[in-house]
Amino acid sequence: MSRAASTAIKPAGSSADRHGTRKALRHHRLAETFAAWSLAGPALVLLVVLFFLPVFAIFAIALTDWQFGASNLSFVGLGNFKEVFADEGFRASLVNTILYVVIVVPGTIVLGLTIALLIESGKSCRAFYRAIHFLPFMATLTAMAIAWEALLHPTIGLVNQTLAGLGLPTANWLRDENTVLPALAMIGIWQNLGYAMVLFLAGLKSIPQDLYDAADIDGADLWLDRLRTVTLPMLGPVTMFVFIVVALKAFETFDTVQVLTQGGPGHASEMLLYTLYRESFEYLRTGYGASVAVVFLSIVVALTLIQARVMDRKVHYQ
Amino acid sequence: MSTPHSQGLSAVLRHCVLLITGALILIPFVWMVSLSIKPPGEIFRASFSFWPQQFYGIENYTRALTEAPLPQYMLNGVFVCTMIVVLQIAVCAPAAYALAKLDFPGKNLLFAMVLIALILPHEVLSLPLFILGYQIGILNTYAALIFPYVVSPFGIFLFRQFFKTIPDDVIHAARLDGLSELSIVWKIMVPMALPAIIAFGIFSVVSHWNSLFWPLIAVRDQSLMPPPLGIMAFKNEEAGNDYGPLMAASTLVVAPLIIAFLSAQRWFVEGLTGGAVK
Repeated sequence: MSRAASTAIKPAGSSADRHGTRKALRHHRLAETFAAWSLAGPALVLLVVLFFLPVFAIFAIALTDWQFGASNLSFVGLGNFKEVFADEGFRASLVNTILYVVIVVPGTIVLGLTIALLIESGKSCRAFYRAIHFLPFMATLTAMAIAWEALLHPTIGLVNQTLAGLGLPTANWLRDENTVLPALAMIGIWQNLGYAMVLFLAGLKSIPQDLYDAADIDGADLWLDRLRTVTLPMLGPVTMFVFIVVALKAFETFDTVQVLTQGGPGHASEMLLYTLYRESFEYLRTGYGASVAVVFLSIVVALTLIQARVMDRKVHYQ
Repeated sequence: MSTPHSQGLSAVLRHCVLLITGALILIPFVWMVSLSIKPPGEIFRASFSFWPQQFYGIENYTRALTEAPLPQYMLNGVFVCTMIVVLQIAVCAPAAYALAKLDFPGKNLLFAMVLIALILPHEVLSLPLFILGYQIGILNTYAALIFPYVVSPFGIFLFRQFFKTIPDDVIHAARLDGLSELSIVWKIMVPMALPAIIAFGIFSVVSHWNSLFWPLIAVRDQSLMPPPLGIMAFKNEEAGNDYGPLMAASTLVVAPLIIAFLSAQRWFVEGLTGGAVK
């Protein structure tokens, strides 16, 4: 590649002096190219081996009936995808995942935004409140899921004790097919709202004071007026960003399902990533698992592209 | 205009609401610690009290540390996270320098590859990576836990952003001093971009310390398990309904990151929001 490049820029000048400069320049270019590729080489090789070949492999495997460990496999075209979408378990998994996302995303955004607005509306204890609300986002979810299981325990759990104490109906949250998904979604909101809060806090900081001054002159005296005319419209792009990022996180929910419910009862809490794991690594239905991965990948990539389009209008990476 | 009186009232209201939401957020942590110091009898007698009548913490924590190889899990976690973050920086910093400061054919293609890899959710790649690990015979070893993560597209992206803000003059001066390109990366760029390196390090350590999905696939031996997988195994095995030791183990797994977070809050927030805050 570098040889082709060097012949392409063969100097046309005849003066020995100019020839010498060009030669030096060409030498410099070659040296820079060589240096760049030696520095980026390891990363390039690893990106190909650990990201790009696996992506191609997943599409290829999805078109076969391969079962891990089997010595023979045959091409089945889109057969796996037909099977995937005809499978009641997968359809339940897809619907549950979407339902979960539909609960978690608005819940996280509304709570995260409210808490960010409250924190920002005063000067005292900001770091303290931010720390408390952010805590669940970095705590090990596997361990916290176990704590949640104790909280949601049908007889000795704090949730049911409190409800019973208040004379409200209780439930066996994680074993009842009507409550299991909302219960997991509640844990999802609990975990992510601090993340949304931090992003909103950053968005609030970037709103110029001038806009509030202008709103004051226009007679927006009340806090609510300023919120409606300045704060919320200015938070539009941040909200879109939070929306997508939280949606992606919600789509990728795995730990709580694996630790707390294993997809049950029935298929009531089965979600895409758990289905992907179980089909690929427990049932070893490799071809089938790969096509679940392709479906999952399509959703995630679609969401990311929407995000990229939205952010592109606001941010430039150069 | 709002009067001082109404301002005082709204400040009180602000603290009230935030203290209540904060308390609700903390309930799982508080409950976990509370159960970890209660004897079985008190756990199953269901009471609201945080502090037990009979302090049983020593028994529960001893059982968590001896019945499950919890210290082993923690050491595994520390080792795997350290290896991952060191390798990631070693691979990503030079590549990021090339992308930020050098001009070469294929540069745009390489950057496009980084951006595409950034989109791919790692779980989707797990099946081919599992097969790759199987083929080269490293499944069920530390290497299996580490190898999928040695290159981080996010790391390359983040470092490139930061390196771009370092003036070219600094690099020219270093070249005149006779530094090689590789030593420019390690002696000039990385020290100057230390905030980005630290933020990335925190991001990487937190996500790999907490991750369950890949370890569940990559290792079977208890002696290799990182904390989340270990604690899940502990739950499934003996501890099933033995909440005391299980909560003690959970507390010990969560504690290191929480302590680190509380002592370096700003760094954690910056690292975990991936520079989105800036």
